[in-house]
Amino acid sequence: MTTEQPTGDRPVITVEGLSKTYIVRTRAEGGRNPLRRQRREVDAVSDVSFTIERGEMVGYIGPNGAGKSTTIKMITGILTPSAGRATVLGLTPTAERRHLARRIGVVFGNRSQLWFDLPLRDSFDLLHHLYRTDRHRHDHNVAEFVDRLDLGPLLDTPVRQLSLGQRMRGEVTAALLHDPALVVLDEPTIGLDVVSKYAVREFLREVNAERGTTVLLTTHDLDDIEQLCPRMMIIDHGRVLLDGPVADFKAEHGTERTVVVDLIEAGDPLEVAATTVVRVEGPRQWLRFDRRATTAAEVIAGVTALAPVRDLAIEEPDIEELIHRLYQERGAGR
Amino acid sequence: MTAQPSLVSDEFRLYRRLVAARIRSDWQYRTSFLLLMVSQSLIIVFELVALLFLIELVPQFGGWSRAQVVFLYAMATLPFSIGDVFISEVELLAYRYIRDGDFDVVLLRPTSALLQILALEFELRRAGKLLTPAIALAWSATNLDVDWTVGRIAALAVAVISGTAIYSGLWVIAGSIPFWAVASREATNAMTYGSQFANQYPLHIYPGWIRAIMGWALPLAFVAYVPAISLADAANPLDLPSWMAFTPPAVAVVIGLIARWVWRTGVAHYQSTGS
Repeated sequence: MTTEQPTGDRPVITVEGLSKTYIVRTRAEGGRNPLRRQRREVDAVSDVSFTIERGEMVGYIGPNGAGKSTTIKMITGILTPSAGRATVLGLTPTAERRHLARRIGVVFGNRSQLWFDLPLRDSFDLLHHLYRTDRHRHDHNVAEFVDRLDLGPLLDTPVRQLSLGQRMRGEVTAALLHDPALVVLDEPTIGLDVVSKYAVREFLREVNAERGTTVLLTTHDLDDIEQLCPRMMIIDHGRVLLDGPVADFKAEHGTERTVVVDLIEAGDPLEVAATTVVRVEGPRQWLRFDRRATTAAEVIAGVTALAPVRDLAIEEPDIEELIHRLYQERGAGR
Repeated sequence: MTAQPSLVSDEFRLYRRLVAARIRSDWQYRTSFLLLMVSQSLIIVFELVALLFLIELVPQFGGWSRAQVVFLYAMATLPFSIGDVFISEVELLAYRYIRDGDFDVVLLRPTSALLQILALEFELRRAGKLLTPAIALAWSATNLDVDWTVGRIAALAVAVISGTAIYSGLWVIAGSIPFWAVASREATNAMTYGSQFANQYPLHIYPGWIRAIMGWALPLAFVAYVPAISLADAANPLDLPSWMAFTPPAVAVVIGLIARWVWRTGVAHYQSTGS
């Protein structure tokens, strides 16, 4: 028995016009009657559509309250959409929740599916019975994952005594033991130390490459995206702002460059064509330019023509900054 | 690996494994586990003393003999205690699972959410509560002026099973309240423990409106009072027809179906509100 695949070339996840509206009751403001409550509708997710193909690794990002977790809960069958529909591995999540549960693995960074007071080994064994997996296949998977995630010395430790990083390695293993075709991770690296973060990422990459497991993960840590996901979806205020390859996003939105020069002597901001000095600190100046308007070489030539230079560097904006700017641009248009 | 049929025996085996895991978890905290066992035993001792007083001080109760009253007490308390051991865990739904979001984890597993909660929260120490009603049943049964034929013993077993099913259904219904309102545990307890207290005495001693609500609407009369009249050959001042002795299993099935419907509607409501 190998990892189960969706039949044919159907996508693993198809989401069409997916929306979720919560009804929030609050005390009516300024009302005389303190018992009177106001009903307010909050669109947690509005009109989200996307498709994820088999074997993809997709990063789903957005600020707190953007609708990431709500989307994931609708995909995994915990929540029923208010409008639109989701099809996951050919199934309708809430209606066929238990069937779907057998074929997907889910990790919530802030919840545990392990037995807190029992050794890690016992949790794995209980999951074997819960998912009714083949014994040999189960043992094979445990052996492999334990080896890869270096869990061997921890198997007999009660979960409550594990560090967060150790526990998360256990959680990821637990989510993959039944050979899911799709694994969904909600903030899997939140609060992890560098070593554990690296181990979890490396493991997901291997599982994706070797088993063809489709991976969808939400994260705050953009390093996760850069290290793992060829494709990212950015969501804010319940809407998808952007969906595409990480490289394209950087090429399109990351056209700004900054030349940082250390002059021999401090002086007035340099006036070089097609650049703006955005910062001056003693002899150090930051000149920003758009690489579609000029080239780094021309900027450097312009600088050296004006003043003697001791040292220089070229900075690219990091992805975090680009996304932050995207939120502001789109946010302003709303 | 398409839809494997999940047999009842498979579910039961899974339930046992999850319960065993729960007991092993409890055993990690041996001292507190044992202390709780001791305190539970003390409660049982008090209950036994209360039972002795009942036997001593209440010779006649609404036309029922002492043995008949104690028999009724046993018939009401044994099903309730069985439910308390195996089903009352559903109360934790609001208390922990919905409030802390662990209900999501339960929903992500390929088996019944109710089965998981009942097994994951199983409390072995409640098992001691079965002792008092069992002793009461044994004492009253031997002191009743009836022949314990095979038929009567079978009818007693059916009555206890039906009563347990009725209480279990009520527990699930009461435990489902938090799907709609994150109610306090007290609301659920009022419906279960509260009604249990009233059910320990012959129904005909209560005024009509209490009989209507507690006995017939909830319907606790079918747990103990109805079967006890025929099993203990007791006085029947309410003139209940004799065929009613056969109704408790049917009532149990109806309550079970209502409980299943309420639970499923509750899960669907959870899924649509994300509370």
